[in-house]
Amino acid sequence: MRYQPVIGLEVHVQLLTDTKIFCGCSTTFGAEPNSHTCPVCLGMPGALPVLNKKVVEFAIKAGLSTNCSITPRSIFARKNYFYPDLPKGYQISQFEDPICQWGWLDIKIEGQDEPKRIHITRIHMEEDAGKLVHGELSGPGDGSGVDLNRACTPLLEVVSEPDIRSSDEAVSYLKQLHQIVTWLGICDGNMEEGSFRCDANVSVMPVGSDTFGTRAEIKNVNSFKFVKQAIDYEIQRQIDLIEDGGTIVQETRLFDPNSGTTRSMRSKEEAHDYRYFPDPDLVPLVISEEWVESTRKGLPELPEQRQQRFMTDLGLPLYDAEVLTASRAQADYFEAGVAAGGNAKAVGNWIMGEITRSLNDSGASIEACPVTPAQLAELLKLIDNGTISGKIAKTVFEGMFRTGKDAAAIVEEQGLVQVSDSSAIEGIIDEIMAANAGQVEEYRGGKEKVFGFFVGQVMRASKGKANPSVVNELLLNKLKG
Amino acid sequence: MKISVANVEHIARLARLELSQSEKELFAGQMDAILGYVDKLKELNTDNIIPTSHAVPMENAFRDDIVHPSIGLEKALANAPDRAGSFFAVPKVIE
Amino acid sequence: MNIFDMTIHELHAALKGKQLSSMEATGAMLERIEALEPQIGSYITVTREQALEAAGAADKKIAEGNCDILTGIPLALKDIFLTEGIRTTCGSRILDNFIPPYSATSWEKLRDRGAVLLGKLNQDEFAMGSSSESSAYGTTRNPWNTSCIPGGSSGGSASAVAARQAIATLGTDTGGSIRQPASHCGCVGLKPTYGRVSRYGVIAYASSLDQVGPLTIDVEDCATMLEAVAGYDPKDSTSVNTPVPDYSANLKQGVKGLKIGLPKEYFIDGLDPDVQQAMTAAIETYRRLGAEFVDISLPHTDYAVATYYLIATAEASSNLARYDGVRFGHRADADALLGMYTKSRSEGFGAEVKRRIMLGTYALSSGYYDAYYVKAQKVRTLIMNDFIRSFAEVDVMLTPVAPTPAFKIGEKINDPLQMYLSDIFTIPVNLAGTCAMSLPAGFSAAGLPIGVQLIGKPFGEETILRAGYAFEQATEWHTRKAAI
Repeated sequence: MRYQPVIGLEVHVQLLTDTKIFCGCSTTFGAEPNSHTCPVCLGMPGALPVLNKKVVEFAIKAGLSTNCSITPRSIFARKNYFYPDLPKGYQISQFEDPICQWGWLDIKIEGQDEPKRIHITRIHMEEDAGKLVHGELSGPGDGSGVDLNRACTPLLEVVSEPDIRSSDEAVSYLKQLHQIVTWLGICDGNMEEGSFRCDANVSVMPVGSDTFGTRAEIKNVNSFKFVKQAIDYEIQRQIDLIEDGGTIVQETRLFDPNSGTTRSMRSKEEAHDYRYFPDPDLVPLVISEEWVESTRKGLPELPEQRQQRFMTDLGLPLYDAEVLTASRAQADYFEAGVAAGGNAKAVGNWIMGEITRSLNDSGASIEACPVTPAQLAELLKLIDNGTISGKIAKTVFEGMFRTGKDAAAIVEEQGLVQVSDSSAIEGIIDEIMAANAGQVEEYRGGKEKVFGFFVGQVMRASKGKANPSVVNELLLNKLKG
Repeated sequence: MKISVANVEHIARLARLELSQSEKELFAGQMDAILGYVDKLKELNTDNIIPTSHAVPMENAFRDDIVHPSIGLEKALANAPDRAGSFFAVPKVIE
Repeated sequence: MNIFDMTIHELHAALKGKQLSSMEATGAMLERIEALEPQIGSYITVTREQALEAAGAADKKIAEGNCDILTGIPLALKDIFLTEGIRTTCGSRILDNFIPPYSATSWEKLRDRGAVLLGKLNQDEFAMGSSSESSAYGTTRNPWNTSCIPGGSSGGSASAVAARQAIATLGTDTGGSIRQPASHCGCVGLKPTYGRVSRYGVIAYASSLDQVGPLTIDVEDCATMLEAVAGYDPKDSTSVNTPVPDYSANLKQGVKGLKIGLPKEYFIDGLDPDVQQAMTAAIETYRRLGAEFVDISLPHTDYAVATYYLIATAEASSNLARYDGVRFGHRADADALLGMYTKSRSEGFGAEVKRRIMLGTYALSSGYYDAYYVKAQKVRTLIMNDFIRSFAEVDVMLTPVAPTPAFKIGEKINDPLQMYLSDIFTIPVNLAGTCAMSLPAGFSAAGLPIGVQLIGKPFGEETILRAGYAFEQATEWHTRKAAI
């Protein structure tokens, strides 16, 4: 029998606010354990939550950018369960009436022209739990340590419909969502630190069936690669189990990145009963149409719109437009380069080529690129007006990247101005022809391939500064005798 | 009987309470009486009634995203029954 | 000059006139506390040293000419208010060693005006009770008859005022916990409108019902205390941002033409004859003062207790989940986490608290949520609407506070439902979120105080204080003192 996987994703997006969702403690990562805490996030008796307005603004932005409806009146609920990293014994979340509902993303799938629409059930706001540390402590023997710095950090949970049918679709959806939240500047997107993390609900059913199978929830998948691995493993596990006559049980499974497998988390003694109810410490959140509209007006141009514009207005091919809009910073860099007078296609090529390569090597982000977009445009101008060759330009760029200096300064310093003067070049050609009489004979005997050898020699002798088209022209004349 | 000892045991587990056998029996009886009394609410038709969470109408209480000083590690941990360095220490977690 | 006869206003005049120092007043109070505690048990913690230090500071301020109405006045707080650096137990063993790292907003407001804290008052554990018998720190006794309960849950707050172990106190009221003990102990107790006073730093029992309020010797003191603690607090999302009126300034305007509603559902067969008698006399007094009476109906009154015990216990079951032995409070020895949780909580909580956690957990649990919790919230709407409808016709309502005077210690301890039903007249006010005040209005044949309740419109504290003041001027019940 053939099987159809059915996948839904729950993504937790940690928001880039300065303070926690319900108190004024800092959200800075990596501080001394429990140093970023107060009565509210410690769950002290008598402490009360007050909602960070920026979290609401970020949630509206995320909702509008994923085609959601913004709920005019939404409420917070308590999700009750006991765990040492959950100070109050409940998590403040949203259950009924979340802030965003009924959205969608159109994802691109390799080898298919038409995008596929993945529906988003809801986006809700909630607080994160703290961190439980095992086996790293000197004090409590075989016990655990609780660090509440992360407790009460703002999260959005983005829940998709079970519209996803393969691990590739899942990854494509995740990448697009990741791009949107980082593009909006509401999340740093750091998956290793857990700023963008994903749980996957996976089930399989016979092809042609319209009844979903029993699903397993896979937790702890914190990279795109692991998402694919975890889902593929889980699909195969479920198919094998069914084929062997077994039954899938609804359970939570943990992905183990070392083995690439999922394993059952021993189900808790009692079934989960979170006893959700409206949090009486918080008041309803009413979002007016004006608020939604003013947020909409303040939204940046989204990746897809920008791609479209790069293609129609600047004449970029689809591939270039997609790559250049991979991040908002990169697209901004590109546009600034064009605005400074650079040719769009050339600016794009340089970003996708030299700049990306140099940034990767140095580990810097494009925001911190030592070569500014205006400097890049200036460099391109030197190529266009023949001051330097495209090849020398790469050397110039290296210098610019290393020192932050302008292209003209590097050219000047290193004497890299292109030599187009035919008499100087002729001199070099004559010398080389004299030194390589055998190859001259070969060429004249009809072996035209040797032409490349002579170009290389001339360029080397001129330290790359000879104008290649002048070299070509002169060499051709001289070799023909 | 609405509430059996088995119900009481289930609820106690959810609430993380450990009850003695006599407490379980006592609570079963008392909760049964109270829930029996509470059943009088069923006399009322509430089909089109909106539930009230707060009697005084209120909405939109916010704070600005401005950092306030935390209370500090020592104050945070001052009441901890057990600590290990900067952490609250708890016995091992058995799932 | 006997400080034990003094109201806030009288003591303030004496302090300002330099006839008395705060040190002397505070010292005398501390002595009286010590003398009477074996009989009454109002306090869980007496903060002698801090009190004397604060009194000294107050005297200095007064000498400098800064004598606010509360400067140097010795007050006490129910042990539900967090007081930084001072043990706060909420009447529970689970918080036996809890020293809060911060203070309740309401206490900060009093402290900032120079008030002196004598100590922390006994109460039912986590404010769950109507008799102050559920405290882990012993039962408080009624100063008028020490074999009787003082009422609850703010029993210590009422008994301390009645026994003059504090000039005034703060309590909290979730289903009558200020008004019922005030009635049983012969003092004035006011539950403000929900949102009028910050709940920040007040240990939560049922968050949608809890409200802070004063217990005082007379109405004027009540107005002063309310003025001091009322107002918007950005740390409490449910506190309301409307200006606090000058309650004291408007006390003396009388009740001529005031429309007082008498809800027929509050005059039930089971009403104690002495309570009935006090009500009749109170109606007569108001009539004489020029008020008009209107018969009204609050038809869903009979459903209030059931509604309350679902909503309050559900919220409590969640509010009390934080007492898990991880960050503060009692922790039992256990090898593994689950055992640590269940043992710590079972050792730390008393029977009434466990019972309510169990009830509330049940009401929220899967399969019962709609039938119990949501149903109760809907009936709450009906109860609220009863008040809205009636307040279109009347300015205030006059009712009994409790069906009987204070009952005997131990009388209802084994029958929780009977205990719950004794809150029938106070609970609807919390569900409707509005304000109400208990006023001394007579005594039973056995010599126990009886209060009547004035219920006001939401944010109508000014009106009930004015009506209460007029009543007080026409009667002398509030001037009687327990012979202790």
